[in-house]
Amino acid sequence: MSSSSQDLTLREMIERSRLETEVKTKTSTPVKRRDFLKGIAAGSLIILCSPDGTTTAARTKDLANNQNLSPSLFVAVEPDGTVQVLAHRSEMGTGIRTALPRVLADELSADWDKVVIRQAKGDRRLGDQNTDGSNSIRFFYKTMRTAGATARNMLEQAAANRWEVDVKDVSTSNHTVYLNGVKKKLEFHQLVEDARKLEAPKAEDLRFKSPQEFQYIGKKFPIADMDAILTGEAIFGIDAHIEGQVHAVVARCPVVGGVVESYDSDAAKAVKGVIDVIELPRFQGAPVFQQLGGIAVVAENTWAALQGREALKVRWNEGPNADYDTEEFMAALTATVQANGQVMRAEGDAATAIADAPKAVQATYTVPHLSHAPMETTCAVADVKTDEAGKVISCYLKAATQNPQAVQQAVGPAMGIPNDEVYCDVTLLGAGFGRKSKPDYCVEAALLSRRVKRPVHVTWTREDDFQHDYFHTISAVHCEAGLNEDGSPAGWLMRAAYPSISSTFNLQAQSPASWEAEMGLTDLPYDVPNVQVEVGQAKAHTRIGWLRAVCHIFQNFAVSSFADELAHAAGRDPYEYLLSTLGEDRELDLAKLKLGNRGASAQDYPYDIGRLKNVLTRVATESKWSRHNDLPRGKGLGIACCRSFLGYTGHVVEVSVSPQGSVSVDNVWVSIDAGTIVSLDRVLAQVEGATIMGISQAMYGEMPMKKGRAIHSNFDGFQVAKISDSPNSINIDIVKSEAAPGGVGETGIGSFAPALCNAIFAATGERVRNLPIKNHDLSWG
Amino acid sequence: MATLNVNGQQRDVSDVPPATPLLWVLRDHLGLTGTKYGCGVSECGACTIHVDGEAVQSCVTAISDIGEGKIVTIEGLSANGDHPVQQAWKEHNVPQCGYCQVGQMMTCAAMLAANPDPTDDDISEGMWNICRCGTYNRIRDAVKTAAKEMK
Repeated sequence: MSSSSQDLTLREMIERSRLETEVKTKTSTPVKRRDFLKGIAAGSLIILCSPDGTTTAARTKDLANNQNLSPSLFVAVEPDGTVQVLAHRSEMGTGIRTALPRVLADELSADWDKVVIRQAKGDRRLGDQNTDGSNSIRFFYKTMRTAGATARNMLEQAAANRWEVDVKDVSTSNHTVYLNGVKKKLEFHQLVEDARKLEAPKAEDLRFKSPQEFQYIGKKFPIADMDAILTGEAIFGIDAHIEGQVHAVVARCPVVGGVVESYDSDAAKAVKGVIDVIELPRFQGAPVFQQLGGIAVVAENTWAALQGREALKVRWNEGPNADYDTEEFMAALTATVQANGQVMRAEGDAATAIADAPKAVQATYTVPHLSHAPMETTCAVADVKTDEAGKVISCYLKAATQNPQAVQQAVGPAMGIPNDEVYCDVTLLGAGFGRKSKPDYCVEAALLSRRVKRPVHVTWTREDDFQHDYFHTISAVHCEAGLNEDGSPAGWLMRAAYPSISSTFNLQAQSPASWEAEMGLTDLPYDVPNVQVEVGQAKAHTRIGWLRAVCHIFQNFAVSSFADELAHAAGRDPYEYLLSTLGEDRELDLAKLKLGNRGASAQDYPYDIGRLKNVLTRVATESKWSRHNDLPRGKGLGIACCRSFLGYTGHVVEVSVSPQGSVSVDNVWVSIDAGTIVSLDRVLAQVEGATIMGISQAMYGEMPMKKGRAIHSNFDGFQVAKISDSPNSINIDIVKSEAAPGGVGETGIGSFAPALCNAIFAATGERVRNLPIKNHDLSWG
Repeated sequence: MATLNVNGQQRDVSDVPPATPLLWVLRDHLGLTGTKYGCGVSECGACTIHVDGEAVQSCVTAISDIGEGKIVTIEGLSANGDHPVQQAWKEHNVPQCGYCQVGQMMTCAAMLAANPDPTDDDISEGMWNICRCGTYNRIRDAVKTAAKEMK
């Protein structure tokens, strides 16, 4: 694999894949207006905000006639005062569908009861819609504020003109502009007609609110979909319906890359309600977001389709991955990381420093494959339109997708149509965790709709979900350090080996990419004079995908477990050891270390050791860390910290381990610094949820594979945390900050598992280096 | 199976094979999509509904096993979404993605009807439904609030 393709980030790989596969048209596709304007009242003040941050004021008439005005993120203030806001990110439980519109409404000083949220279709002109990577607030906080401020400034100008005063003499709150010091006011609906005749203010002239004036940002507010969820009226992907739809399930080869050898079509068709049995071709080249291939059963209802699939009796030609065995593979990875690999970071001479140090410590950590297992499996309905000759014209989908543009990118080439002719509405997602960024299931629905000439709803069963995931990778990380007389590290060496997510896009990718290593490994924050980080070869034998927290799951597990091992080897307090090893407050030199920083500028998002130490100190205080030495055997506190997704976390976990070895997570403390916070209650919810997911991953998480297939088929085998596993308390401390907004959704995961395992060590003296914890005998006494 | 009693109405299911799980009949035949598929093997609780007031996993219950039983789904739990359990869920802002919450609430409502004053252990045992977003601590609080309200 060339170094140039290895350096591609995930988003760059997705974009390259789009450019390589998109069907080109001879003439440019006319810009579709109708859908964009549908539902906006004539006479509205419309503010368009392009993804680059520039804003334009427009009228419905302009939009209908001016082909150069690109549909963008927008807010429309209608003549009756109703405010329409476009939500272009997917709602999968983070609250983003509410949070970003709240940002806009705050800057607009809108009455939330008069705000209507419209969910956007997939459209590249809206900017990034890939709802993953804990990016949504970071990417669009400023855009939404700019849009809201632009509309408010124009309404204020219209009021000032009416009163013949300077705009400085007016102020706005709750959908109303007031003339300062006088009992005069004008409500938004009284100003729309005048405001829409004004030019939009220039960016440099915009008057923003100060953080002290925020009405919604940083406050607690409920999600907009609350009532619909609680009454069962909310529409998820599995509920999406297109008039005339039929239902399909697909039998896919349990081994990635296998093809159909034989099947009994007649037996399936004999099932009452089955309409057709259709063979889907195997994907070509790298899997990307293509369909796996297999045999689909299309029926009048889901149960008939399932019964039909049972009757198929498919035999597979399983292909080259049929000997994949994760037990053997893990042994090979563990061996790989004992030997030198490709150097990803080097300062000083780590090997010599370790060899010359008075004391050396080494350990190897492993984490198995994990499944996403969102409660809603992957589901979509597609409706393909063809011309009289049977040629596809367009495809309309409703899908539970984290990335409707990826749906366009995957379905367009599969249908032989330009991506712009794929229209994807986004339903609510019954969670995603990264799985629903990969729309292979949407391609299946489209392929089947084209064949049966009706809308087809594809449902994945839980067994399908577990067998055909884009799995979290399988990893080994080896750590070595040499300690000075005072216990401080003189040299620190790490080697990691795991199949790369890049392998899903590029079959030649056979070692971790730099953007993967940057999630907890090459961005080692400790102040150590000699550091070396290496990666080793690891070929993928299944589809590898990104799962919430991605490489932080295992890289921070290794790094923060190892730091704790060093503290104990040095005979020092783990908290004090972490604090002193982090060194002076400073910013890591990201350019010198060649760290990508998730595409964010080092100016807005420095790697700030002071902030990392701050969350560590705060969590130690909140949890009363100093009591850790007084706990009886079987009780322990563990501590860890990390920077992930441009946010900072410190964790203290309190565990009990019974003499029989049963582990209970009693209490959890988290301090999080994610910069500016938008939705306070949802930040708390995300960190609570990250704790529970952390318990699932650390205590139970593993998807072993034998003969190329996942061996667990449902929740009876792939165990996840239940309410009985939840801690007595999850105590969350959010650092108040006006720094640029960082990530939240994934940030709460990274330092949890190592804090838990460090606590188990404190309680029992047993060091868990190979997750999950359930595989260890922790009995004592 | 000519009819099923669902949310107080007799619904015609005469063209549905009797072995069909109630889940798919509710969703595909009767258009009641509030009840969710999660696992199909009674491991997750997403499909929980009530039959004669008892919590039942509709994914493994054939309609032929229901007979005259009175089925209540989320659509029939309350007239205006104001069952004490729904109100408690709202008060504590329990849902994240929301997908499992219908099943969680149906399990809770049946549990509280049988045991109005559950202990923490009762809640740990009774509220066995899986939530992958990890809303368990809020569910625990909401169950206690609902129990208080229902007294």
